Amino acid sequence: MFGLVFFPIVAVGLATSIVRSPYQTEQGIVRNQPVPFGHEHHVGDLGLDCRHCHESVEKSAFAEIPSAEVCMGCHSEVWRDSPMLAPVRESFQSGTSIKWTRVHDLPDYVYFNHSIHIHKGVACESCHGRVDKMPMMYRDASLQMSWCLDCHRHPETNRRVGDAVFAMGAVEDAVATGKTAESKTNCSYCHR
Amino acid sequence: MSVPAVERTPPAPVAHSVTDRITSVVLQRRTPVNWYLAFAFSFTWTLVLFVSVTWLFIRGIGIWGVNVPVGWGFAIINFVWWVGIGHAGTLISAILLLFHQEWRTSINRFAEAMTLFAVACAGMFPLIHMGRPWFFYWMIPYPATTGVWPQFRSPLMWDAFAVGTYATVSLLFWYIGLIPDLATIRDRCRSRSGQIIYGALALGWRGSARHWKRYQDAYLLMAGLATPLVISVHTIVSFDFAMAIVPGWHATVFPPYFVAGAIYSGFAMVLTIAIPLRMVFRLQDLVTDWHLDNLAKVMLAAGMVVAYGYLMEHFGAWYSDETYDRFLIYNRQTGPYAATYYALLICNIAIPQLLWSTRVRKNTLLLLAIALVVNVGMWLERFVIVVTSLHRDHLPSSWGMYYPTIWDWATLFGSMGLFVTLLLLFIRFLPMISISEVQEMAHDQAVSHEEVM
Repeated sequence: MFGLVFFPIVAVGLATSIVRSPYQTEQGIVRNQPVPFGHEHHVGDLGLDCRHCHESVEKSAFAEIPSAEVCMGCHSEVWRDSPMLAPVRESFQSGTSIKWTRVHDLPDYVYFNHSIHIHKGVACESCHGRVDKMPMMYRDASLQMSWCLDCHRHPETNRRVGDAVFAMGAVEDAVATGKTAESKTNCSYCHR
Repeated sequence: MSVPAVERTPPAPVAHSVTDRITSVVLQRRTPVNWYLAFAFSFTWTLVLFVSVTWLFIRGIGIWGVNVPVGWGFAIINFVWWVGIGHAGTLISAILLLFHQEWRTSINRFAEAMTLFAVACAGMFPLIHMGRPWFFYWMIPYPATTGVWPQFRSPLMWDAFAVGTYATVSLLFWYIGLIPDLATIRDRCRSRSGQIIYGALALGWRGSARHWKRYQDAYLLMAGLATPLVISVHTIVSFDFAMAIVPGWHATVFPPYFVAGAIYSGFAMVLTIAIPLRMVFRLQDLVTDWHLDNLAKVMLAAGMVVAYGYLMEHFGAWYSDETYDRFLIYNRQTGPYAATYYALLICNIAIPQLLWSTRVRKNTLLLLAIALVVNVGMWLERFVIVVTSLHRDHLPSSWGMYYPTIWDWATLFGSMGLFVTLLLLFIRFLPMISISEVQEMAHDQAVSHEEVM
């Protein structure tokens, strides 16, 4: 009798925790990259704006992975002979892209658009976390549908005004409290 | 649902012979040739089902005749038909137990098995009707990472719960009833593998007084749990239709009318199984003419309630003065599917009136024929409800016809093959009549007989 109650509960509990664990969501797991690019250094130490490299984030669905030309804009001057940057120089000369390992990848049956989220005041860090504290990139959020809906059902607290959208860290006065927040939770809005 | 007045005392079987008789069917060394022939036939049809479902999964539901405006075809007709058939098993085993109708003891076991197998056939149809059947578990409110719940306002959702509950309770009820008999077979079984399998299934039953006390308490509790399901499950199935605004579906008479129809078709199926079964295994002294007579009476009573349901559908259409409801009745009687409507009236109302005659009820073959006619009639009833209501609804520009394809028919007959296959396996490997209950009844009657002496 004990087993009849115990084992189903354990089985359901185990399944429930596994699908929410980093094993499934890849949260906090650093992926190997061809070049050890550090967001912590570029964003945190140097203070580069997100849009410096992810140029199309305000204009298109895709945030853009910078080409080697963008990297070489600086690295033709600084660290120009660093062996770590050899793949970048090679890509710059040959014209073939660096094969980055994608960290934030949504399933193909989900439509996602960066620009509308930026324009509605959803901060970069709301989804990507404190990249200024990430030596190497990893997933901060689970990217599960319930996580999307958490915000879509209550978008108020995640909306900011102006350049605060691109800022890292607490910017409490920038929260767009006065605005009415409406968000789409219709199935076919994302599952087109 | 009240049971017509019947005599409470069936002819008493002799206690010691009962165990031998019933267990011998399971324990005999050689499987009879007839069993193999029947199994070969039914399993062929099961394979037809496998082929048609496989093809369905490869190509999608476009292989069926369903399309706009008739989006529900054979799959839903078959679903309602099979679920309905199951209800008689629960009525016999649970409600008749609570009403102390002792005559149920020699038929309840295979009636419950019939329920299980009918529910298995029924449950398959809504699942394969989904475009993507592998996502059926989305109907279960499990802790998903999607952050969305099933649509609890949909009757189809209620259906998933009703049928799921029904299947679970039926299985447990049937299994609890089987435990003492499984122990009997374990004790009489001579092969090692049989002893192990039946022994494991008997859950360590030793037949002590404490075991019997707990067994009977549990059985009675399960009967209490199963009783409301006889009413609730088909009520919810009827909501699949009655909650919609389609004329011919949107009627308050649907729940009781569906429950009566379920019991009607279920008793017809019990007769359809009982009559050949007792002929083949010579169980005429356990499943007596008197039992068949009682079953026929219940079937007739349920049939009269169904007839009343038909009458109320017509009355409702006339009394409401609603154009679309009136047109629906007119269309049923004169439209392109009128033949099925009249066939339904003949099968479900006209022919079963023969059961008023005792001579007919005592004529086993005629009774079997009438039961088969009612089975067909109840399938036609669901066809009329599903197809004729949908094919001409509010919008004449989208009227159309529904023609079942070869795959529709293959799935229907295949599901019958599956049903018979499961039933044959049950007859071969499990006691089809409750040994312990029949013995108890025989003992009680022997005691009361001595007291009279």
